[in-house]
Amino acid sequence: MADTGDYLPFVLKGVYVTIALSVCSLLLATALGLIGAWAKSSKFSAVRSAAETYTTLVRGVPDLVLMLLLYYGGQAVVNRIGDATGLWVRLQLDPFTVAVAAIGVIFGSYMTETFRGAYLSIPRGQSEGGKALGMNGWILFKLVIWPQLMRNAMPSFTNNWLSLMKTTALASVMGLEDIVNKANAAGRATHQPFTFIFIVLIIYLGLTIASDVGLRFLARRLRVAETV
Amino acid sequence: METAWSKLQDLSPIDLGVIATNWPLFAKGLINTLLLVSLPLLLAAAIAIPLAVIRAQKLRVLNPIVFGYTYVFRGTPLLVQLYLLYYGAAQFELIRHSFLWPVLRGAWGCAFLSITLCSAAYLTEILRGAIEGVPKGEVEAAKALGLSGVRLFWLIVFPSAWRRSLPPLSNEVIFTLHGSVVASTITIIDILGAGRMLNNKYYLAAEGLLTAAVLYLALTFVITAVFRQLERKYLSHLKPARS
Repeated sequence: MADTGDYLPFVLKGVYVTIALSVCSLLLATALGLIGAWAKSSKFSAVRSAAETYTTLVRGVPDLVLMLLLYYGGQAVVNRIGDATGLWVRLQLDPFTVAVAAIGVIFGSYMTETFRGAYLSIPRGQSEGGKALGMNGWILFKLVIWPQLMRNAMPSFTNNWLSLMKTTALASVMGLEDIVNKANAAGRATHQPFTFIFIVLIIYLGLTIASDVGLRFLARRLRVAETV
Repeated sequence: METAWSKLQDLSPIDLGVIATNWPLFAKGLINTLLLVSLPLLLAAAIAIPLAVIRAQKLRVLNPIVFGYTYVFRGTPLLVQLYLLYYGAAQFELIRHSFLWPVLRGAWGCAFLSITLCSAAYLTEILRGAIEGVPKGEVEAAKALGLSGVRLFWLIVFPSAWRRSLPPLSNEVIFTLHGSVVASTITIIDILGAGRMLNNKYYLAAEGLLTAAVLYLALTFVITAVFRQLERKYLSHLKPARS
């Protein structure tokens, strides 16, 4: 029987995949969230209802269902496009890309609400004041809106990040070799499933605590402006 | 009717016929999902009430323990908690010979237990927030009337707190519904399990999973609508007055 220690580096390699997946998904989710929040406060009703449909649909369906749908359904669509256009014969979607897309799209809808709420809580006087000083468009956004948007969004953003990280565990179900997947394999090989899955639990807990502390520190830094 | 159905099948990019003929599979999945959500939630609520009181009252010794429990269960993925029970428990001789083994041996016992423990952790913190949010005046008025201890809690604090926790509770029920899909990874045929089974059986890419997605979406809408009614009934006294 193999020793537990022999498999530890194997499992820890999965930590890198989990963190990379979390960070890439967060970037996509943040981008989608900003676009979504912008779309929800758009002048055009078509844009508004498109954003509304996006958030309602995505938040009504469990993460894993959307992930698997994108993985298997997405592959079918890619194959069909390849057949129709002749651009590629067999383009295999890899689980990492699909997981980033799925988690990004899912948390994009939560981020949409985060940024929309943050935007709405900026007093109107702020942008009016900026305009009175002769700012407009990009300058107004960069100097007046953006810093306050970030500060207001921090608490909700933190919550989203914490649940996003936990959601990445589901990517193991579609075969991505993250920590959960690797720990299962190591557990089977050594007949010590508890040991390895417990290590995974501790790693997730560590990531949660680290993010909790780090983001709380950042939130305090960002709040400095308010105390003036 | 016959022709309308066949016309719809011709138009649809997915195979509607295979979904329609396999409706008993999805009915079974629906029932299992409802079981996996309703029973653990009821149990979780029963666990969460005393724990929330401990947290809100900041009882010595017990409060840090309960906080540790809610932090661990809210800070780690439900999937990992489930795997720890389902795959991990068998590693110990002690557990295999204990009274817990009949529960932990099967997929259902593990799914029920992990969903319950996870939901109870979230419910505890929701309810704690609500108890702390009960206006001081309500408590002071009750004390002035001579209420204290258990009677003060059950007659004044709890009725006020659970109403206040309705909006986050609605989210939590939806999260539990969405979280319950992890059961499909340990052989249980819930809605997602039914969808994956259909896909595997007929070698399909989307049909089963799309049907599952639609069913979950419908359940989410039902939960939202029910809670909207509950909020209208039980929270109307907190609404801003109509001008």
